[in-house]
Amino acid sequence: MIELLLVFALAIGLGWPLGHYLARVMRGDPTPLDRVFGPIERGVYRLLGIDARRGMSWKGYASAFLLSNLALGVVVWILFMTQAWLPLNPDGAPNMSWDLALHTMVSFLTNTNQQHYSGQAQLSYLSQMVGIAGLQVITPMMGLAIVVATLRGLFGGREQMAGGTAATPTDEARGERDVGNYWVDVLRATLRFFLPLALLWSVLLASQGVPATLAEGPTYTPLDQSVEMRSQHVPLGPVAPMVAVKQLGTNGGGWYGPNSAVPLENPTPLSNLLETLAIILIPVAITFMVGPLTGRRKLTALVFGCMALMSVVSTGAALWSEAYSPTAQDAALMEGKETRFGASNSALWATLTTQTSNGSVDSMHDSLAPLTGAVTITNMLVNAVWGGVGCGLQQFLVYLLLAAFLSGLMTGRTPELFGRKIEAGEVRLLALLILLQPLIVIGFTALTVALPAFTGNSNPGFHGISQVLYEYASAFANNGSGFEGLGDGTPWWNLTCVVALFFGRYAALIVPLWIAGLMAKKRVAPTSSGTLDVETPTFALTLVSVVVILTILQFMPALVLGPVGEHLALTTAGAAIP
Amino acid sequence: MDTSQLAFDDRPSLRAALVFTVFVLLGCGLLYELAGTALGRVLFPHQAQGTLIERDGRVVGSTLVAQPFADARYFQPRPSAAGYDPMAVAGSNQARSNPALRQSMAERRSIVAQREGLPESAVPGDLLTASGSGIDPDLSPAAAAVQVARVAKARGMSVDAVQALLRANTTPPQFGLLGEPRVNVLELNLALDAAATRPE
Repeated sequence: MIELLLVFALAIGLGWPLGHYLARVMRGDPTPLDRVFGPIERGVYRLLGIDARRGMSWKGYASAFLLSNLALGVVVWILFMTQAWLPLNPDGAPNMSWDLALHTMVSFLTNTNQQHYSGQAQLSYLSQMVGIAGLQVITPMMGLAIVVATLRGLFGGREQMAGGTAATPTDEARGERDVGNYWVDVLRATLRFFLPLALLWSVLLASQGVPATLAEGPTYTPLDQSVEMRSQHVPLGPVAPMVAVKQLGTNGGGWYGPNSAVPLENPTPLSNLLETLAIILIPVAITFMVGPLTGRRKLTALVFGCMALMSVVSTGAALWSEAYSPTAQDAALMEGKETRFGASNSALWATLTTQTSNGSVDSMHDSLAPLTGAVTITNMLVNAVWGGVGCGLQQFLVYLLLAAFLSGLMTGRTPELFGRKIEAGEVRLLALLILLQPLIVIGFTALTVALPAFTGNSNPGFHGISQVLYEYASAFANNGSGFEGLGDGTPWWNLTCVVALFFGRYAALIVPLWIAGLMAKKRVAPTSSGTLDVETPTFALTLVSVVVILTILQFMPALVLGPVGEHLALTTAGAAIP
Repeated sequence: MDTSQLAFDDRPSLRAALVFTVFVLLGCGLLYELAGTALGRVLFPHQAQGTLIERDGRVVGSTLVAQPFADARYFQPRPSAAGYDPMAVAGSNQARSNPALRQSMAERRSIVAQREGLPESAVPGDLLTASGSGIDPDLSPAAAAVQVARVAKARGMSVDAVQALLRANTTPPQFGLLGEPRVNVLELNLALDAAATRPE
């Protein structure tokens, strides 16, 4: 319980200054730190061959984002498929099969970190340190860049949003607005914000016992000579820096298979607190960035208020279900959990890692109480409780546009947001985006459950359905955690998850940017007494209701067939709980 | 310079994408990893190398890795779904509704009850369940307490002496606040061995 309060207090206390700093970084304000970072940035710009002063239209921004992803993706895919022939492979990891390499690459490129392989055995040190770690650092900053560009678009372009009264620079031929420079946004956020924070976290984690070494781990004889095991080998490695970025960047893919449940990856209650805090720190900081970045402080209140409300409800539900409800009396409570964390810390982590799109775990989600499982799946379906770095706010903007549209219709006025009309073109795109999720998540779940040869679930009954639903919800939400008993290292799972990962990332990031690009070009209607004020508690509740109703309408039947059914079966059977 | 004077830079640049890829893989990946590793090793050399325990200059284990124990003279750790192999760390991933989980719990219950001379209902939950990692090095104080009598008998020590060692090796919540109280099984067993060789 005390950890819960500490995590939220620290996330808000540290997120506030970090968010304001982040706003300055993304606005490009001059700071004393320019003397350190300026020369590095200018050097990289020169190598990239770009002019940092030039902006981009939303189309230019989106294509730079896609092109950078394509180039990174191809190189990393090839790296995974040829790692056996490359240096830094002490454990002799073999080349990955094309489909597993494709899934792994897409999974890390989309900030998901769903793992259909087992870390130590199937990836070389080179793949881990170059491919995995590189993507874990850069993908959250790509998400951040896209959402900042989207905000600029919604406010009519970069200059307009900064409060400038000067005419917004336009590309005269097409009337497009400047949403920023993709390369500059990503590089500044990475160098000035993410890498220093990650280094700090890496050192803090190393102090608690997370390995940070390139040397091989020790092999020794167990103390008790009467056991069958003759020797134990402890795998070490440069674990601490990777764990730092996996926690901070809503990545989630760990060094060891069972992630932060492993004592080497999460040795003490303090490291657990630091890692839990890191899960929500940047997503919370981003809500505090919104106000100073857009010049509308009350917008932060709306975003933070809605997200915090959903977070408190979800956290309360998970804690109650796992640690305080009657099912917490089950003797199986500690299955998949670690002694040093206990039930409430495990439940706190499970809910926060799915409220954000982190996906790391410190207990095995497969063995959680069924209703805790339902909470985690619901979190991932909403995907904007805090959401991933950047993508969470992006998804929130989708809900914001929808809620503004509905409110406009209900009050009988032309729907608008920040003075710009929401019209048929934008709503069509919104509808497409909303429909993609059930189409992919429910569609693939139904197909996979109907084909037992492909399913690969390790538990019978309702929970077998939960395992499949969880996997696709996690893939589409770019979360990456799983009910890990699933036998998911097959071409069927790899390829279907690639589809879910792909749309869950690129459609969810680019469609709102597209909408913002359309909105940016519209004339601003003057504020009047009839203008919908979005920064009010009433509107916040409307927005949260839209989220709840959408999720329930789309996914309630699936949740009943999975975790809810399992819960009812367990509690009514009675005999199952000794 | 006034940015409005500059045209948009909308043409996709392959050069930028390729140089960016190199920056990500070598800068954000390799360089960052090396920097983080170096900092950890220099500032916290013991922790950075696996928190190893040495006796007479020989590595005998790590505080962060459970070892299997079978001898009656030793406290026994929680069940492991990974056979206590740190190279194969894993949980069971069995759901609470899974009959296989209920069956292995029932088997463990009768084994532990018989071994420690307890009624079956008194076996603590963490001795019935596999940990998340398969190498959980800790026991709850309750799960250690039920083993005291058996260990004392097998070693010919007094129950009080074993109890005292158990108390000395019980870690309270960190700073009195964080996490659960726990007993590191390997450290406790090493302390027992040390007490046995020390002249009274």
